[in-house]
Amino acid sequence: MKELRLMKGNEALAEAAIRAGVDAFYGYPITPQSEIMEYLMAQKTQERTGMVTLQAESEVSSINMVYGAAGTGKKVMTSSSSPGISLMQEGISYIAGAELPCLIVDVVRGGPGLGTIQPSQADYFQATKGGGHGDYHLIVLAPSSVQEMYDFVKLSFDLAFKYRNPAMILSDGLIGQVMEKVEISEQIPRTTSFDPSWTITGKTPDRERNIITSLELDSAVMEKRNEKLQAKYQKMQETEVRYEEVQCEDADYIFVAYGSSARICLKAVQIARQKGIKVGLLRPITLFPFPTKPIAELSKRVKGFLAVELSAGQMIEDVKLAVNGRTKAEHFGRMGGVVHTPGEVLEALEQKIIGGK
Amino acid sequence: MDVQDIIKEENLVYTKTKLMTDNVLSYCPGCGHGTANRLVMEVVDEMGIQADTIGVSPVGCAVFAYDFMNIDMTEAAHGRAPAVATGIKRVWPDKYVFTYQGDGDLAAIGTAETMHACNRGENITIIFINNGIYGMTGGQMAPTTLEGAKTTTCPYGRDVKTMGYPIKITELISQLPGTYFVTRQAVDTPANVRRAKKAIRMAFENQKLDKGLSFIEIVSSCNSGWKLSPVKANQWMAENTFKYYPLGDIKVNGELVSK
Ligand SMILES: Cc1ncc(C[n+]2csc(CCOP(=O)(O)OP(=O)(O)O)c2C)c(N)n1
Ligand code: SF4
Repeated sequence: MKELRLMKGNEALAEAAIRAGVDAFYGYPITPQSEIMEYLMAQKTQERTGMVTLQAESEVSSINMVYGAAGTGKKVMTSSSSPGISLMQEGISYIAGAELPCLIVDVVRGGPGLGTIQPSQADYFQATKGGGHGDYHLIVLAPSSVQEMYDFVKLSFDLAFKYRNPAMILSDGLIGQVMEKVEISEQIPRTTSFDPSWTITGKTPDRERNIITSLELDSAVMEKRNEKLQAKYQKMQETEVRYEEVQCEDADYIFVAYGSSARICLKAVQIARQKGIKVGLLRPITLFPFPTKPIAELSKRVKGFLAVELSAGQMIEDVKLAVNGRTKAEHFGRMGGVVHTPGEVLEALEQKIIGGK
Repeated sequence: MDVQDIIKEENLVYTKTKLMTDNVLSYCPGCGHGTANRLVMEVVDEMGIQADTIGVSPVGCAVFAYDFMNIDMTEAAHGRAPAVATGIKRVWPDKYVFTYQGDGDLAAIGTAETMHACNRGENITIIFINNGIYGMTGGQMAPTTLEGAKTTTCPYGRDVKTMGYPIKITELISQLPGTYFVTRQAVDTPANVRRAKKAIRMAFENQKLDKGLSFIEIVSSCNSGWKLSPVKANQWMAENTFKYYPLGDIKVNGELVSK
């Protein structure tokens, strides 16, 4: 029998971390994700599995603790929310540059600045377009249910280690706080063997010393490093795109939405169908790599796309690039922690796409 | 006479430290960094812990320490080495973990990381090279720059009224219960080099015994940044720097040394 529990998104993610055999969590409190560390502390992770849970003095510190431990091959993670993720960007750039696997969770709240503690999707750019300095990408997964908050922890680590690249779970205050039924998986033991080809676990006589660094003063060599990174991102684009299609087969119009926006669009699809409007939903699960190809395919036959986001319009840029002018592509969003209703979403579709020029 | 004639068996008073690689040091001739690098590697070698040691190299002149030290190392962002070392040590409590940082790194941008790693009593070793200047970036003012000293960003001398006082970070962190061994050393004379090595050895021994954080300041010269010859720089340091940053142990076995 599968184990079922009623949990908050944040708690489910924390339990998933323990069960995925994570070695360390380094974090700093910020609403709306503080339950993650609170849950881990309450679970006495050190006793349960040997997992380290440590509250750092800042997000700057926690991401650098992640960087240190990730270089040793351990499974490490942190979580934060928007202003904290901004502080982590320095470290994230170093981790991407040094090609280290790890998991960063962003339970997004409304900004800019101190903003609000209510849900938002306005961190899309900083999650998918680099965020810190230099040319790099994270693998970005967007859960839209508590179950996915749970499932994406293991998936993130699998992908992060496969590509030696930091992964991010881009959630928001709604998915983090909502309570839903979750199917809990078996405990995976923590790993005890580490890839000797790159991890810093102490230089043994049988191998050269290993060095974790993103520094290279020779520009020609640095360019090669960048090219290698870009080839890696290209490979992700070819093989790791994940998305869900709902009633897209016969659709005239398509909502593109992820996370909590996708949940709201699902309801809007139902209402629209009752009214006889053929609408479907394309839900990106990976935001990087983005489902460019499936959107491009659909754009050859549908009459328009509406990107629905809790932002002023960020993902819409990727949708437009995929559509490439073949059909209409518009944006509808609310900002600053306000969550749209299904009715509003449908109204926007009717005005901007169906009735729009 | 060329170099090969000088490097003869009968002239050698010292051999190259085993755990230093064959790479040519990127430090300026006369800089204390080279000696300090060597001392750390000698201690690691003598304790036979190469396979259990992980170093964290900073931003600053010592960033390339990983080119010279034949051990596993990670480079850290400016000032973040104590956090990086914490991250490593917490998941590998049986490894020897050390950071090697300059004053700009440790006492300016990395003050928070330094304070809190010390306050948590992380069982690591921090080696702090205090040359009173930003060497790598071309000799700008550091938090440790002495009052009146000229640098490229205080060309008329450090004015404490507008630029603050030289910070005695080592004394500050000695007040934290998390620190176990806190000392200030130098590498300008053979006697001081021997004392500095003893302190580094003590720090690594403390780590073995799980005693908490050991912090070794090494007062050093930056002859390039100070615009003095290596010999003059060491003289200037002995006459001026040691007055403000006196050498000696500040905390031993968790107890402040009374002066
Ligand atoms: C975030 C960031 N800011 C600034 C720099 C530029 N920078 C490189 S080294 C350095 C100062 C290093 O001085 P110190 O730590 O005293 O070491 P030294 O070079 O004197 O040995 C600075 C400011 C940087 N690399 N990163
Ligand atoms: S610039 Fe100063 S600190 Fe840097 S290597 Fe030269 S002498 Fe040493």
